[in-house]
Amino acid sequence: MKRLLPVLVALLLHVAPAWAINDPSEALPDPAQEAKAVEIGRQLRCLVCQNESIEDSGADLAHDLRKIVRQHVAAGENEQQITAWMVARYGDFVRLRPPFDAATALLWGSPLVALLIGGAAVMALRRRDTQPPKPLSEAEQRRLTGLLEPRPDL
Amino acid sequence: MNRRLFLAIPFGVAAIGGVSFYAMLQGMQTGDFDPRGIPSQLIDKKLPDFTLPGFSSADVIAAKSPVVVNFFASWCVPCVEEAPMLLALKQAGVPIWGIAYKDKTPATDAFLTRQGNPYGKLARDAEGTVGIEWGITGVPETYLIDANGIVRWRFTGPLSKTAAEGLAKLARA
Repeated sequence: MKRLLPVLVALLLHVAPAWAINDPSEALPDPAQEAKAVEIGRQLRCLVCQNESIEDSGADLAHDLRKIVRQHVAAGENEQQITAWMVARYGDFVRLRPPFDAATALLWGSPLVALLIGGAAVMALRRRDTQPPKPLSEAEQRRLTGLLEPRPDL
Repeated sequence: MNRRLFLAIPFGVAAIGGVSFYAMLQGMQTGDFDPRGIPSQLIDKKLPDFTLPGFSSADVIAAKSPVVVNFFASWCVPCVEEAPMLLALKQAGVPIWGIAYKDKTPATDAFLTRQGNPYGKLARDAEGTVGIEWGITGVPETYLIDANGIVRWRFTGPLSKTAAEGLAKLARA
């Protein structure tokens, strides 16, 4: 078993991710066009599984959408045109990376908001720390002197 | 005072969250809220152009009256569940036109013989391309097109009783 372990680990490292598009007949004959189609498809959500891109999904609808992306790529369309075609039918939800607009401003801005809140908190804490303490009152000063005096019983 | 207010904030957030979740769960039960729902891009727009064996978008517009368009398939189990609702709508005088999505002709015909045929007209979208033009994500999906060819209403999944009643009211208006 001990000798087998490195072999198993090495085997695991060689496992390629299982893409749904494993049917070579789906791919475009031109590798450059196919690469472009994959890149576009990776950014399009499968409407059935909803958390996978159409390139990764095994759903029937994803298969049909992959085919459409490839038809459009073969016709010479660019990514903007193909994405616009999909958005016209399925809305912004089809894009795995939502566009920046009024509805998504908070979503995209949330890292900045978190940074601002954190920054403000740090600033407030530091300001509180750097304020010099108030000078001792007379009573406190007397008590301090008393405490600092060596006691004969110790 | 200030301290107490600060302590109240987490409780307030938790309370808002709780009420929202309750509303969501209630909505899911009545069918008003679907967490997986994708809003249709067609609402208040002209129906997409298409020509299929059976009927075309031009035929829907030429009807000059509200038409319910229902995407279905013989392989679709929820469509079996929906069939009585569609038959009831037909009985109520609502014109329903069916589009068989990615289905084989004999299978569709056998399905309609078995479940009853509520469709005034039947089109066949064997490749499923027209379904994508409409932005459907599955079957059944139901649309209401008004007399001017504008899409007014959509429902995904099998029509519930309340949805069918609402649709009948809209189609008559």
